[in-house]
Amino acid sequence: MSGAPTLALANVSKSFGAVRALRDVSLELFAGEAHALAGENGAGKSTLVKTLAGVHRPDTGQVLLNGEPVVFTGPADAQQAGVAVIYQEPTLFPDLSVAENIFMGRQPRRTLGRIDRKEMHGQARRLFERLGVALDPEQPSRGLSIADQQLVEIAKALSREARVLVMDEPTAALSGNEVARLFSVVEALREHGCAILFISHRLDEIFSLCQRVTTLRDGAWIASEPVAGLTHDDLVRRMVGRELGTLYPKEAAELGEVALQVDRLTREGVFTDVSFQVRRGEIVALAGLVGAGRSEVARAVFGVDRWDAGSVSVAGRPLPAGSPTAAMGAGLALVPEDRRQQGLVMELSIERNIGLTGLGSLRRGVTISRTAERDRAKDWAVRLQLKFARLSDGVGVLSGGNQQKVVLAKWLATKPSVLIVDEPTRGIDVGTKAEVHRLLSELAGQGIAVLMISSDLPEVLGMADRVLVMHEGRLTAELSRADATEESVMNAATGRAA
Amino acid sequence: MAKVLRWDVLVGALLIAVFAAGSLTSPGFATVDNLSFALGDLGEIALIALAMTMLVVAAEVDLSVASVLGLSSALVGSLWDGGMAIEAIIPIAVLTGAVCGLVNGLLVTRLGLPSLAVTIGTLALYRGLAYVVLGDRAVAQFPPDYTALAVNDVPGTPIPYPIAVFVLLAAAVGVVLHATGFGRALYAIGAQEQAAFFAGIRVKRIKLLLFVISGTVAAFAGVVFTLRYGSARADNGVGIELAVIAAVLLGGVDFDGGKGTLGGVIAGVLLIGLLRNLLMLGDVSTEIQSIVTGLLLIVSVLTPRLVSLVRPALKGSP
Amino acid sequence: MTTATAPPEQTTPARSARGLVDLVFRARELSLVIALAALVGVTASVNGNFLSGQGIEDILLNTATLALLAVGQSMVVITRNLDLSVGSVVGLVAFVTGDQLASGWGILPAVLLGVAIGAACGLINGLLVSFCRVPALVVTLGTLYVIQGIDHYIAHGRQINAVNLPPGLLSLGNGSVLGVPYLPLITLVIMVAIGYYLRSYPSGREFYAIGSSPEAARLAGVPVRRRILLAYLVSGCLAGLAGVLWLARFGTVIADSAHGWELLVVSAVVVGGVAITGGVGSVYGAALGALLLTTIGSALVVLRVNPFWQQAITGALLLLAISVDRVLALRLARLLRNRSRHG
Ligand SMILES: Nc1ncnc2c1ncn2[C@@H]1O[C@H](COP(=O)(O)OP(=O)(O)OP(=O)(O)O)[C@@H](O)[C@H]1O
Ligand SMILES: [Mg+2]
Repeated sequence: MSGAPTLALANVSKSFGAVRALRDVSLELFAGEAHALAGENGAGKSTLVKTLAGVHRPDTGQVLLNGEPVVFTGPADAQQAGVAVIYQEPTLFPDLSVAENIFMGRQPRRTLGRIDRKEMHGQARRLFERLGVALDPEQPSRGLSIADQQLVEIAKALSREARVLVMDEPTAALSGNEVARLFSVVEALREHGCAILFISHRLDEIFSLCQRVTTLRDGAWIASEPVAGLTHDDLVRRMVGRELGTLYPKEAAELGEVALQVDRLTREGVFTDVSFQVRRGEIVALAGLVGAGRSEVARAVFGVDRWDAGSVSVAGRPLPAGSPTAAMGAGLALVPEDRRQQGLVMELSIERNIGLTGLGSLRRGVTISRTAERDRAKDWAVRLQLKFARLSDGVGVLSGGNQQKVVLAKWLATKPSVLIVDEPTRGIDVGTKAEVHRLLSELAGQGIAVLMISSDLPEVLGMADRVLVMHEGRLTAELSRADATEESVMNAATGRAA
Repeated sequence: MAKVLRWDVLVGALLIAVFAAGSLTSPGFATVDNLSFALGDLGEIALIALAMTMLVVAAEVDLSVASVLGLSSALVGSLWDGGMAIEAIIPIAVLTGAVCGLVNGLLVTRLGLPSLAVTIGTLALYRGLAYVVLGDRAVAQFPPDYTALAVNDVPGTPIPYPIAVFVLLAAAVGVVLHATGFGRALYAIGAQEQAAFFAGIRVKRIKLLLFVISGTVAAFAGVVFTLRYGSARADNGVGIELAVIAAVLLGGVDFDGGKGTLGGVIAGVLLIGLLRNLLMLGDVSTEIQSIVTGLLLIVSVLTPRLVSLVRPALKGSP
Repeated sequence: MTTATAPPEQTTPARSARGLVDLVFRARELSLVIALAALVGVTASVNGNFLSGQGIEDILLNTATLALLAVGQSMVVITRNLDLSVGSVVGLVAFVTGDQLASGWGILPAVLLGVAIGAACGLINGLLVSFCRVPALVVTLGTLYVIQGIDHYIAHGRQINAVNLPPGLLSLGNGSVLGVPYLPLITLVIMVAIGYYLRSYPSGREFYAIGSSPEAARLAGVPVRRRILLAYLVSGCLAGLAGVLWLARFGTVIADSAHGWELLVVSAVVVGGVAITGGVGSVYGAALGALLLTTIGSALVVLRVNPFWQQAITGALLLLAISVDRVLALRLARLLRNRSRHG
């Protein structure tokens, strides 16, 4: 690590109105290093990424390229300079094919500058082979799962053959296999002299991939140091500035009667013959690889999608197919996978979003009581330790993890008897994650039945009383807490029956 | 960050400016008679704009309103000509409008077609049906009691009856939009339909209802139009869908849905009405009126934009 | 306590899905062609004259202007915008160039003038939408009113008469080469050129990218504003050209001759499968949509449908066209879903 850093930030500050997202932050990325950026939700990581990407311009301070100050007037400039970015939220063109998404603006050409489609599809296919995923380059990207979208984003960044690869939580939606493949690809890039900036809330990933780590807290730089010699707890202490308790505090709760009963549920071409039950006070995890159909089952149970055969009943009463309203009436709640499209109305304020699931209960006479609306929001914002300026602010400006908390708040406020959570801690920092786990455990303790979909294996093993595993649209295993190990779950998830 | 300049406030200010300019330049302008007339002349547009506002907030649009107005007018004419009692005709016409709206709504919600496309189609269809019903005839001689109702003022006030109806409806729509769960749902649907659906809001049902309301109101406006002019024709109200949309846009309602206030729309409607009236009093030709309307639309959306562009530059940050 | 179930059968998701995707995309244009064929077939079987040389020529001539506008409009719509001002541009250009031609201008300068006026209008729209980021619907509705007003102001109740126009212009409007009339030929050439550009050039694809997700396009480094500006410029130029062609075709024009065409053009685009929400569709589809709408109009005349019924039937057929297209697309998407996953 000698010479000028490939890309660097020097004393950068950036504010959004009253929010100081970055305060005098410096960061150096050298060729051939994988550098981690750690920090709690809202610490300013994504803002830093967007500054490197030319999306934001620093209020003060500089971006340095090979030691020379540069001004990126837009993302195009940064790309020109060899910076490839994977943003926290996928940014795909839903109407265009996967290959076009990857190569937009840089398609392989043939004579007269025309696009060489064959070559483009070939290159895309080779990228996917490198990543070990089975995506069809010619398939439209509309309807891809979040994980698949994330994989396309990764392929897009790789295809740029950039000198600097910036990845803002690329693994948040991925399961173990895919993460492993990604890491081997990234490792190869690094050996070829690429500089890598990596963000993740899964600290293990930081330890296994990166050589150095920079920590941010509340927009301020805390430390930049080698990963070697650092312990898990050291890192957490730098991030949160205090000690944390145990991570997976699921307490054994008294199991009550069956709250959610799913019988032979089938949606053609998506999942087949899925049966399970969740008891009151129980946390059941639904594990499996990305694309196994877990989220789809959750959506069907909640009535967002229709099912073709089978039945769902809550507390013994059958639910009609395809009605979220009926499902909510029966005490069901779904914290969905995609918070930007499904979980939140980005333009609306925090309080309106939280109020959205309670339009009936907030009514006083004909009209909505604003006080009740505000109280409901305030109550949950405080309980979930939401970081916000005003409840009337749009949720769009919150950091990713805080947005996730608003989604949780919105559903917990309905006081559900069955709570389905789809990747509840995706993009949530360690402190908050422990908080969410404590909360889920507490809810189970209060007799709520929890169905938790998660790609985070430690979370599954730590939280669940029982683990259901899906593979290619079918339930392949049901493991008790005692039987569930990393190995047994992965075997079932990959179809290798144990 | 505080909103730099609220659109509806801007339109309100413009409204006051036009009013002041009018009072200064044209002696006949600020008289009760003239304003009452100007209001009456706005009746149909104002009524339809109410329903349109709710649709646009939910990110839908109904371009067929003028045609429904025409169809309703043609029906009134044809049935009256056939000897039916006006008391029976009016409900039939209004009901027909509801059915027209229902057709729009079903096409949009059941087939998932974009409402712009659907209502361009029904714009042709309903206008065509108006011609089928009445041909190119004009029917007049409606009972004077009823025509009087469409032009006269509510006793003791300078407010024409249709505008009185508008005021009542506007109050209702204002409450619905800004203070009820239904209103909250509309904004959510307009801003992010999928998230609204996931929150248990019955998106399709609500949209269907909005289209039915829009059709019903447009048909009612057709009845008012017919009685006010004392003449039923198939081509009544051709093109006013654009005037309605202009008013709604002027009022700061975003066509992408999820934004806008009723107050803004009312200011927008009044602004267009007053301006027209002022230009008419000043004997300004219709072509200039058209140019002014167009410029007003552009300026009204451009100003807040420019202000917000210039603001940070003034504060000195890049 | 592991309950293993039967191993799922081997799947081949990628390949079979693709054939269907192609089909879905092609189906949009295909269904239009089928609808057109059905319409022509039925009409011709009732009245043979429909397929006479003259009958076909009339349809093509009538289609030419609308299709030209539809091609320009679809470029704008693909970027998730709208240009409502095209009808008024046609009216303004037809009148102004007519005025100049009647006062002795040559044809070429007149055509250039027309295109220049169109370009100016397109430029204004484009600048307002792309650089001032004002909603397209509002801007172009505003310019529609303004241009309409200017048109009426210039015309002042006058009328351009065919007798005053140079014969060369009129023969452009009604003449033909090898039996193919000029106007549709011009439209065809422009359509193919634009269609090819949009499909085969990287910058052409960027129009789709913008319409599909403006935010993502910005992050991908697409010059969003310049592309949108270009779309409006093209739409304006084509509207200008269409204005001259309109004059050549009809010879006699009054102010605001294409009144109300903005919605007609949008219908053609929509019927042609260009999604009003941007990112989807082709100029070929839009032109086919224009052809279909024109043919419906002609067919109703040939079939001697009561003129009072014609508009209603046109509207109904329009709805039918977009509904059938939609149902087809939904069916195929469902099929696709079932095939693409788990066999
Ligand atoms: N465009 C914006 N406007 C206003 N505030 C913003 C904007 N973008 C970010 N912020 C604020 O800046 C702070 C830092 O946000 P940022 O997204 O960088 O956090 P983060 O570290 O990426 O968090 P997470 O781990 O949750 O993704 C937050 O308080 C956020 O609300
Ligand atoms: Mg972030």
